[in-house]
Amino acid sequence: MSFDLECRNLTKRFGGTTAVDDVSFDVPSGSFFSILGPSGCGKTTIMRMIAGFLEPSSGDILIRGKSVLDVSPNKRPVNMVFQHLALFPMMNIAENIGYGLRRQGMAKAQIAVKVDEALDRIGLPGIGTRKIDELSGGQKQRVAIARCMVLEPDVLLLDEPLGALDLKLRERMKVELKALQAAFDTTFVYITHDQSEALVMSDTIAVMNEGRFEQMGSGRDLYYRPASAFVAGFVGDSNRWAGRVERAEGNVMQVRTESGLSMRASAHDRAMGVGDAAQIFVRPEAIRISTAADDLAHFDNHLSGRVTNLLFNGAASRIVVAADAEEIEVNLPQSGEFAALSEGDAVHIGWAGDQGNCFAAGSAP
Amino acid sequence: MKSGARLGLMLLLAPLLLWLILLILIPHVDMFLVSLRERVGVGEYRISLANYLTFFQEPLYLWTFLRTAVMSILATLITLLIAFPVSYFIAKIARGRSRSALFLLCLVPFWVSELVRTFGWMILLRETGIISNLLQWAGLVSGPVEMLYNDAAIMVGLVYTSMLFMVVPLVTTLESLPDEVIEAGYDLGGTNTSVMREIVIPHAAPGIVSGSIVVFMLSLGNYLTPTMLGGKDSLWFTELIYSQFIVRFNWELGAAFGFMLLLLSSLIVWGMLRLTGQTLERTMG
Amino acid sequence: MIPSIPQPRALRAAYVAYVAVFFILLALPLVVVAAFAFNDSQFPSLPWEGFTWGWFFGSERPMIGAFHERGILRAIGTSAFVAVGVSVLAVAVGLSNAFLFNRYRFRGQGILYIFMLLPLVVPGIVLGISILVFSSRVANGLWDMAQWDVEALRPGLTLVILGQFSFIATIATLVIAARLQKFDRSLEEAAMNLGAGRLVAVRTVTLPYLTPALIGAFVVAFLMSFENFNTTLMLVGSDAPLTIAMFDRLKEGSTPLLNAVSLLLMLGSSLLALVMIAFQRK
Repeated sequence: MSFDLECRNLTKRFGGTTAVDDVSFDVPSGSFFSILGPSGCGKTTIMRMIAGFLEPSSGDILIRGKSVLDVSPNKRPVNMVFQHLALFPMMNIAENIGYGLRRQGMAKAQIAVKVDEALDRIGLPGIGTRKIDELSGGQKQRVAIARCMVLEPDVLLLDEPLGALDLKLRERMKVELKALQAAFDTTFVYITHDQSEALVMSDTIAVMNEGRFEQMGSGRDLYYRPASAFVAGFVGDSNRWAGRVERAEGNVMQVRTESGLSMRASAHDRAMGVGDAAQIFVRPEAIRISTAADDLAHFDNHLSGRVTNLLFNGAASRIVVAADAEEIEVNLPQSGEFAALSEGDAVHIGWAGDQGNCFAAGSAP
Repeated sequence: MKSGARLGLMLLLAPLLLWLILLILIPHVDMFLVSLRERVGVGEYRISLANYLTFFQEPLYLWTFLRTAVMSILATLITLLIAFPVSYFIAKIARGRSRSALFLLCLVPFWVSELVRTFGWMILLRETGIISNLLQWAGLVSGPVEMLYNDAAIMVGLVYTSMLFMVVPLVTTLESLPDEVIEAGYDLGGTNTSVMREIVIPHAAPGIVSGSIVVFMLSLGNYLTPTMLGGKDSLWFTELIYSQFIVRFNWELGAAFGFMLLLLSSLIVWGMLRLTGQTLERTMG
Repeated sequence: MIPSIPQPRALRAAYVAYVAVFFILLALPLVVVAAFAFNDSQFPSLPWEGFTWGWFFGSERPMIGAFHERGILRAIGTSAFVAVGVSVLAVAVGLSNAFLFNRYRFRGQGILYIFMLLPLVVPGIVLGISILVFSSRVANGLWDMAQWDVEALRPGLTLVILGQFSFIATIATLVIAARLQKFDRSLEEAAMNLGAGRLVAVRTVTLPYLTPALIGAFVVAFLMSFENFNTTLMLVGSDAPLTIAMFDRLKEGSTPLLNAVSLLLMLGSSLLALVMIAFQRK
């Protein structure tokens, strides 16, 4: 496998704080790689180092196997789609897309051809003479990508480019970006704090927190097999409890939560033992509801309680169940069998022990 | 409600119209009318173009007029060239506290009267001044050097006096250019010069135009600096106007001069706006 | 070039040096003026004859200090009087104009707005002579018609105030309008929703919001009036404001007294500027 981008022990310190702490990763050619993390986790710093706007404190960045640390940003074979796109307002669309080609000294006629090709490719033929502010948000997005792609970079960096768009458009652009990546067959490195953007588009996602990568893997891995409590909490929604391990049998942990509830969860090969402080994450869709307690008898964990809140949200509707001094969010099955449920109704809920992810919570309770 | 809004409009319109009509419009029309009068006897006038004819026939007047225009344009260009790098530094390179401090430092000299500023240059440049003494002390010259009372001194004064009015609009427009856009320019392969030429300068165009207009106007209409730094033979057009009005008491000719100055400044401002595709509202308002 | 784009060290150093030289030259004339206010000599030039406070507090010839020189003190008073008059007028009219252009839509508004900007592109001396010509014409007309001598229309402080006001009003309008533009109209609507009448809403919500701009406009107008020269020169009568008085003295040859007055001016305007910045911060 060949790699378009390799980062080796990348570290960046600003004064006393370490923004990026010894991060290494490889991005295979032609893949869509995302760095997902909350704001301030250091993901923008990594991107700016790759683009050449920041110098790493230590470590190396290789593009197609060659170190680019000594290459100035205007010579690096990477291009960047900026957070606010940074389209040049003083130029029209064709001039924007042709900007980089002009810098390479390409002949005018040839630039015109390339620009037209690019416009065709992004599905906006014939708009070259229009002004930037005449475009919609999604069109600007595509122009910003085309502006980089005409230069045929080895790696395209995208810095949360969907952040400024409204929800509907964002959903559409996710699909479109993925399609554009496939069409251009270029390596994309995408940073975002929005898990759904990362999950939908990426081949590989790195979850970043406080300057380090917590986990790197496919969206499916991150969602179902989070490697740390942070990833479990950050990717997707979860019910979470803190407690202490009372019994451990292989991967099966019996944990008593702070409020006294006892439940089973899986350590998924993480080393844990009796007496350890633990954090448990259970996804709302992993929990079943029933009106009869017997239906749930086969689950390791079952509780009875009352519906305290109905959160109707179409296919993603949930209820909040109060049981034994805990409030638990549960997804309603999409079959509609519980559509008539109302607040105050008694329900039974249950889930399998291996649906609960159990992590050691350090020394704290 | 509707009549209330109408009344409000009238009440707010009244001061504006009073000001513009009584203090701007009518006085200028009146000045123009006076410039068209020719004195034919004591208290007797007739309408003629005699004053304008005098202006065009007297080489000294015309020469002074053109000289003032050219020197003002030159002063504007020099101010722009000096101010641009400084403004860019304040807007795009300095950060946080030091940016506001530098900006404030630019403003400070202009809170004091132009007279004081000019006075400062006189102390520096005159024969017994600091620079002359410094040069003698350094052994570069053998006797006192007079650096006042020449065109270079006028230029120094004009540029210094106008600096603020160039720096402020430049800093404001340059600040509004996101760093991201400049970075994009480099990211796509741009060099210092090409980013400057294709991105920064086009973006700063409104600031450049409005700064240039103001500096040009201030130079053209300046009286103090040419008089103090240029001495008796400084030949600045405003001096002609002053002497016609106050010394010779020939208001008709003075008014004609005033009108010519107004015409010149309007033409150049209009030309500058047209050339750069800007409007007065955008650059001034 | 911005800090995130690596540049050769020499280029960066040269750039910083240029900016440093710029600021030194910017400060130089003022520093020189200030320094020679303390020279114990009859001339504001080298050689340095020793330090003295005499040009501020001296009360005997040949060293009459700024605080004992009647002519200068009176000129400062005159300037302050004119400046207050101009500022009050300019802020009042500016406020009215800002509301007019922000809140109303009427025919000819665009033209009127451009017309309002014009005083900024008319040379000050032309503003001065046009008002001088017009007011004299009116004064002469009144005299011819009714033997009525209107002192205010002859060169003097009234004309100076009107002349300065004629262009400072534009600046006040722009300062106030800029802040009104940023005002969120829904705040006023909220006030009315909570039971305030339209005018009360403006008084209790909009005007307090505008206060920093009003103070800013006042200070700017005050300083511009105080240091105005060109327009004033054409309209001044027997009472000379400070700039004119200093100009007359400077033409005769300068003594360090003028340096002392200049230094006081600098301190005064810096103080005003600081007050303004403090208010803007709030």
